[in-house]
Amino acid sequence: MALTTLIYDGTFEGLLTAVFEVYAHRLQQVKLHVGELQNAAMFEQVMHVVTDETRGGRVLKGLKERLSPMGVQRLYVAHLAGIAGEDANLLGYMRYAFDSEMNIEEDYGNRYVLRVSELVRMMRREKHRMEAFVRFQQLSDGTFYAAIEPDFNVLPLLNRHFKSRYADQKWMIYDIKRKYGLYYDLHDTQFIEMDFAETGKPGVAVAAYSEDEAVYQHLWKNYFNSVNIASRKNTRLHVRHIPKRYWKHLTEKI
Amino acid sequence: MNWERITEKLNILADAAKYDVSCASSGSKRKNENKGLGNASNGICHSYTEDGRCVSLLKILLTNHCIFDCAYCVSRKNNDIKRAAFTVQEVVDLTINFYRRNYIEGLFLSSGIFKDADYTMERLVRVAKKLRTEHNFNGYIHLKSIPGASDELMDEAGRWADRLSVNLEMPTEAGLKLLAPDKNQQDMIKPMGYLKNAIIKHTEEKKLFKKAPQFAPAGQSTQMIIGATPENDNEVLHSANYFYKAFKLKRVYYSGYVPVLVDNRLPALNTAVPMVRENRLYQADWLMRFYGFKVNEIVNHAQPHLDLDIDPKLGWAIRNLQSFPVDINRADLQMILRVPGIGVQSAQKIVKARMFGKLNWDNLKQMGVSLNRAKYFITCNSNTFERRDLTGENIKQYILASSQSKYLKNSQTQLNLF
Repeated sequence: MALTTLIYDGTFEGLLTAVFEVYAHRLQQVKLHVGELQNAAMFEQVMHVVTDETRGGRVLKGLKERLSPMGVQRLYVAHLAGIAGEDANLLGYMRYAFDSEMNIEEDYGNRYVLRVSELVRMMRREKHRMEAFVRFQQLSDGTFYAAIEPDFNVLPLLNRHFKSRYADQKWMIYDIKRKYGLYYDLHDTQFIEMDFAETGKPGVAVAAYSEDEAVYQHLWKNYFNSVNIASRKNTRLHVRHIPKRYWKHLTEKI
Repeated sequence: MNWERITEKLNILADAAKYDVSCASSGSKRKNENKGLGNASNGICHSYTEDGRCVSLLKILLTNHCIFDCAYCVSRKNNDIKRAAFTVQEVVDLTINFYRRNYIEGLFLSSGIFKDADYTMERLVRVAKKLRTEHNFNGYIHLKSIPGASDELMDEAGRWADRLSVNLEMPTEAGLKLLAPDKNQQDMIKPMGYLKNAIIKHTEEKKLFKKAPQFAPAGQSTQMIIGATPENDNEVLHSANYFYKAFKLKRVYYSGYVPVLVDNRLPALNTAVPMVRENRLYQADWLMRFYGFKVNEIVNHAQPHLDLDIDPKLGWAIRNLQSFPVDINRADLQMILRVPGIGVQSAQKIVKARMFGKLNWDNLKQMGVSLNRAKYFITCNSNTFERRDLTGENIKQYILASSQSKYLKNSQTQLNLF
């Protein structure tokens, strides 16, 4: 059986369209590739998937018939993780869902189902970490600003939590790695892209801080040191809970 | 504001509060209303101290002035330390400003007893009320109930706080008499009983009227100090079990005694903190609350101490080898939960996944089962399984030899003999 390489744009809709093509052309063995293909092997079959709302929509509709709303959501979250190569497992998951009579969401004996549940867990853990590790700094205009560098693209998942929690203050959470932020203006949130190369990183200049900001950071550091019990020191446990890569954005660890 | 003085007070009053181990910020369902500040839904640990404990709440004392002289407590009357007291407004400002920066989930406010119980409790309640009514603060509030405070004040505390707790301090009344002669257990049990009834009453009301006010929606908890008095694990866990059952507590915390004071009734200053024992007690506590174990199965008169080398579930399993091996593809959930090396999540995954097909060792491993312990106690869809007729002691030694528990530093040399 020939191996077909499907080239798509890396979006969730593109992935769904690719699933459509797999069934439309009755492809058996497929490989997914995002973006341009550099060196196609001579005898390999290559197909360019053009992301298509209707085709993708039909796949989504089919998934909704075979999975619970939660199951579809989980697929989306696993895709959002943006880990290279994992879309192949999502494809496997969807094919397994379409080829089975019953809902397969809980068949953890199947490697695709198990992998998707692992990806969702990784995403959920990173989301939860960000809910904990975001450290806002108040700027002089009153906005609370935080920079994050999560392992995966979890910013879209943070919207609901922060919006319902900090409803009476303007805030922005900016993903430095992926160069976009989430901004709340007391009414609604929106994703914004900013180039800090021109304006300088907000918060770097001391003048950008509010008057009390340094005081509360100082108080927080003091508090953090005061609650430590030295005779119970356990560095391994400490680092397991807050891996070092998160430290540079944590007020109390700077 | 005088920031230097505030900083000094914060250092003193946070330091004095840190031996209270309760840290939960979960269990409440308080929503953010009218575009206010915060909500309290699912606990978040915002940071961790270098001893590995979570920092979820701003945990402070209102004051460390105290009229009592409890031997185990740093804030005892006769201890020569710096004293400080926050004003109500200072606590409110710290809470709000820490919360806005996402440092904390809320406030855990306790206090030394100054003047009398009611006077102290009234101040604590005033902080909570001010946060809720003047600042529209919906974050988590945990108030300590002061033993001996009046029912009226407890009632008001329940209106504003998410969780209330009275510390039992010592697992038994005798232990308390020895170290805290000013306190008596009845004073602690009375508010607990009052809160239990009030919580039940409000839950009933809430079922009938959606708008009924909340009352301590995250329930109540307590804490016992371990290792300061000679109680064994049997006494500690039976005491915990009694309070879970009789007062519907959400949590009992076990706090390994940190020697901070010289007193001939207490362990000497150079005594190590009983961290392993504390850990085993929490494991046993989990077995009682989430794994369907009865307290008698974990400790009893014949088995008064938890084995420090192995977890209590493994301990139970090797005392009850007649219940094993368990067939993973057939046994019910309750039995699977009792297999060492299988946690609640893996057990639920197993029960769901086996409806699609029989599970083998690979499947179990990938689901997160710890096979180095579980393999002695289960069979699955495979011809390989433990066929030797091993004794409990054999199994224990094999498992200890193959694990890298941080607790095994001392016994390593002995194990090499096998």
